[in-house]
Amino acid sequence: MTADPTMGEPTAESKLEIRDLDVYYGAFRAVRDVTMSVRARSVTAIIGPSGCGKSTFLRALNRLHELTPGARVEGSVLLDGADIYDPAVDPVRLRRYVGMVFQRPNPFPTMSIYENVVAGIRLAGRASRNELDEIVERSLTRAALWNEVKDKLNEPGTSLSGGQQQRLCIARAIAVDPEVVLMDEPASALDPVATLRIEELIAELRANYTIVIVTHNMQQAGRVSDETAFFTMNEDRAGYLVEFGPTREIFTNPRERLTEDYVSGRFG
Amino acid sequence: MAVVVAPVPERLRRTRRWERRYAIDRSMRTLALACTVLAVIPLVTILAFVTINGITALNIDLLTKPPKATGVGGGALAAITGTIQMVSLATLIAVPVGLLAGVYVSEFAGRRMANVVRFSADVLVGVPSILVGVFVFTFLVLPFKQYNAFAGSVALAVIMVPVIVRTTEEILKLVPGDLREASLALGVRRWRTVLSVAIRTGWPGILTGIMLAVARAAGETAPLIMTALGSRLVNIGDFSRPMSALPLFIYENARQPYPALNEQAWGAAFLLLLAVLIINILVRARSLRGPRR
Repeated sequence: MTADPTMGEPTAESKLEIRDLDVYYGAFRAVRDVTMSVRARSVTAIIGPSGCGKSTFLRALNRLHELTPGARVEGSVLLDGADIYDPAVDPVRLRRYVGMVFQRPNPFPTMSIYENVVAGIRLAGRASRNELDEIVERSLTRAALWNEVKDKLNEPGTSLSGGQQQRLCIARAIAVDPEVVLMDEPASALDPVATLRIEELIAELRANYTIVIVTHNMQQAGRVSDETAFFTMNEDRAGYLVEFGPTREIFTNPRERLTEDYVSGRFG
Repeated sequence: MAVVVAPVPERLRRTRRWERRYAIDRSMRTLALACTVLAVIPLVTILAFVTINGITALNIDLLTKPPKATGVGGGALAAITGTIQMVSLATLIAVPVGLLAGVYVSEFAGRRMANVVRFSADVLVGVPSILVGVFVFTFLVLPFKQYNAFAGSVALAVIMVPVIVRTTEEILKLVPGDLREASLALGVRRWRTVLSVAIRTGWPGILTGIMLAVARAAGETAPLIMTALGSRLVNIGDFSRPMSALPLFIYENARQPYPALNEQAWGAAFLLLLAVLIINILVRARSLRGPRR
């Protein structure tokens, strides 16, 4: 399937290296034999048709898929060269460094905007009020939400609009200072204007974080990402990686026929 | 502007079958309404009866005086304090047990374990409460050869626990899974996620379940007959001796041949009704406000 033997080769600046990764739910193999590498401080998009294991693959990068009973992986995922599936790894500590933003905005309904941003810090550690204030301002500023909410930090997070809620969730995710932020179709529940703001935000976050984003919107992948991985599935419904490379090449000059058919809208 | 309207064509016209359906619809609706009225009548009648007879029986003596040791007179103080004490202790026992069991079933148990607990709780909710009384009697009254208020509290707790387990579990199931995932994705520990996200989000609902269980326990008579027995003395704090309770007081006084005692039973019934009503209104107000959206 791989046309270029150098595809997915680790480079000096790679943050995540995924090697021969299979993800199973019980006997069902959802993701098959994925090898690719994610560069530090870049945006990597995962595209592909529905049900091809994109989300499952993403969740395997911070071991969140383990919440599903019967889920397991084969192969390895290296974060800065260390295998996150090594038995010595504490998945809870891993998730401090590899955070996640979900499809539907999910601020904690019992918490204010302020409490939402610092939820990860408060629930997992301790910090002084001053530190928290700083973190709130910094995180909300980075999430391009500070100006809109600075005067109502004590209002519930759920009082915001959908797009603001999603930016609040991004602020919450980056408040614990992760290195990698995984995003699972972060704009698919939002209107076009809110989507645009999220995309601008992703472009800015790229300076500080390594971002992996799953999207079913190919234009979005084209707009926000540096590199793109195209996944699809066979009759056995196991998703696999067809092609991985610089986004421009995936969209303008793909090596694989399947990729070309997908990005040109012939299937999917 | 005059619009020329064509006559209704044959294909759109009401048929005879339509007339028949319409008639059946009307009669079934009337029947359903009649049954609704029938169902509400006892409820309204009980409320009206207890209120009318109870209000006239209410007086300061009923609220502040113990029953006279010999015969007629006095008040329901022993019963009021007894109910407050025994329901409080029962709540103290039942809430931690019920809450933790509900959390366990919802958040940690495997499917088989969850089914077993759920089924047991459902069966326990349906067990006649006199059986709970007999059960506790065997373990906490017979060995001590003494009816005691502790046994009464335990019996009430046994009735409360399954209610709390089930509501806690149901409410936690309503808390969206992606909130838990969001918390875990921040590197928050599982127990902290359960406590600060799942339980906190479902708290108004869980509280509702607890209060309904309290209301239920406050009204139970049968389990107390076999355990706390009832008493003419105001018993404050001595759980090793018999204690009165409002339902017991009503039961006792209602079957005495003295109108004055019957009168007191009505008064106590009104008090009990009022307490349950207040709890229910508090619950309703809570659940209306609900968790912030």
